[in-house]
Amino acid sequence: MDFLRPATWEEALAVKAEHPTAVPIAGGTDVMVEINFDHRRPEYLVDLNRISELQDWHVGEKTVQLGASVPYSRIMEELRAELPGLALASHTVASPQIRNRGGVGGNLGTASPAGDAHPALLAADCEVEVESQARGSRLIPIDAFFTGVKRNALEADELIKSVHIKKAEGPQQFSKVGTRNAMVIAVCAFGIALHPETRTVRTGIGSAAPTPIRAKAAEEFLNAALEEGGFWDNGKIITPSIAKRFAELCSGAANPIDDVRGTASYRRHAVGVMARRTLGWTWESYRGKSRGTEGVA
Amino acid sequence: MRVHFTVNGRPQEADDVWEGESLLYVLRERMGLPGSKNACEQGECGSCTVRLDGVPVCACLVAAGQAEGRDVVTVEGLADFAKQRAEHGSCATGASGGSGVSGACGSGQGTSGTSGTSLQDAQHWRAEGTDSQTGEGTGLAPIQQAFIDAGAVQCGFCTPGLLVAADELLERNDSPSDADIREALSGNLCRCTGYETILDAVRLAAARQGEVV
Repeated sequence: MDFLRPATWEEALAVKAEHPTAVPIAGGTDVMVEINFDHRRPEYLVDLNRISELQDWHVGEKTVQLGASVPYSRIMEELRAELPGLALASHTVASPQIRNRGGVGGNLGTASPAGDAHPALLAADCEVEVESQARGSRLIPIDAFFTGVKRNALEADELIKSVHIKKAEGPQQFSKVGTRNAMVIAVCAFGIALHPETRTVRTGIGSAAPTPIRAKAAEEFLNAALEEGGFWDNGKIITPSIAKRFAELCSGAANPIDDVRGTASYRRHAVGVMARRTLGWTWESYRGKSRGTEGVA
Repeated sequence: MRVHFTVNGRPQEADDVWEGESLLYVLRERMGLPGSKNACEQGECGSCTVRLDGVPVCACLVAAGQAEGRDVVTVEGLADFAKQRAEHGSCATGASGGSGVSGACGSGQGTSGTSGTSLQDAQHWRAEGTDSQTGEGTGLAPIQQAFIDAGAVQCGFCTPGLLVAADELLERNDSPSDADIREALSGNLCRCTGYETILDAVRLAAARQGEVV
């Protein structure tokens, strides 16, 4: 094994071009577990910790460009206003020690269906900026990023540089089911974001399908129901029948399996419960109540 | 490969480090500092918690090469680290932000021997003084003394990680609520105490810290 320590982003891309099998390591909270347990013996490890731009973020007019290695602890402390859903999700990641090291780039790189950031990213809407030495940078829409269980749209010579996430223009929520607050891999998780400017609602479901997914049929139903009832303008309470149907459709979007953390039928049920609750919380907040980004974890 | 980094305020190096080796392995097996405990090797238990540039991390999940040039504080250096902090004000290294800049807490100040804890001292560090039961007369960090006084130690395996995590909490928050304490220690597992005495110890240390100021 070789341990490569590029000092700049350009050097890192050159290393990845020369050794496409090289495994990037930033927070190490996934990679080191695999190495410690002898599940993985990469030929090359590429340490990204020296590349300071990966630890930075820029708040633009419409989006936040979040460096791949910005640790969860900083997202939850410093980007709560711009990225409330992701901040809530970050707060549910493992423990303080893990949140101090891990970041969204690693979550996307691992592309686990249970990655905590994914439902929030799907709901907020974002593009993943990846780059290779040969072809330069490209933006992958989050909807096209997850291609299979622990698989993503990254080419072998590419590295994840940042995520361009839409700034919240309305309330967002995140909910996660597990046996305790800390140190759990989600049994299942749900993210929701209201986008009042486009009068749409987006969702994200974690740990309930081979990849993180959106509940698109549920979104379409809810968007139509909210439009039809004039809810965005009159700010009325969403009727229980609409909330119930939305929850059923979210539940139906899930395609879970039985495993050690929970059964498929429990996951389907829990996704529906989380969908109904988080819709309630965000809508109350939209109507001017004070729920805001409070709520979970 | 060879790696160099600062441990408890003194520059150290380790040779023949395997490229996939963890910081924890280097500390324990190459530098002879077994205070940081090796249990789960997957970041679940927190018993290997150390400060990396001031930030609490699981040493088992940091590749040794990632520590190159950086500043590590282990439980063996905690007493001195707390002492330096008390003497020089709140100068901890990058308390909550991970700024990566070492402060003036006796870290990275070369080889003068007046600051930090040498490898030999750290290897022989023991909580023994005139009275080995109460820790009296020893150079303990306030959080260590509080753990003894509150009876927060049973088998002791989780204690080093908890001490490092709790000390960092009290560094950035002088009067933590119970919720703050629970959250700060949520990454550290203890299978003996049921945690109540550990919470007592952190409250005790916080109260004593308040009295001093």
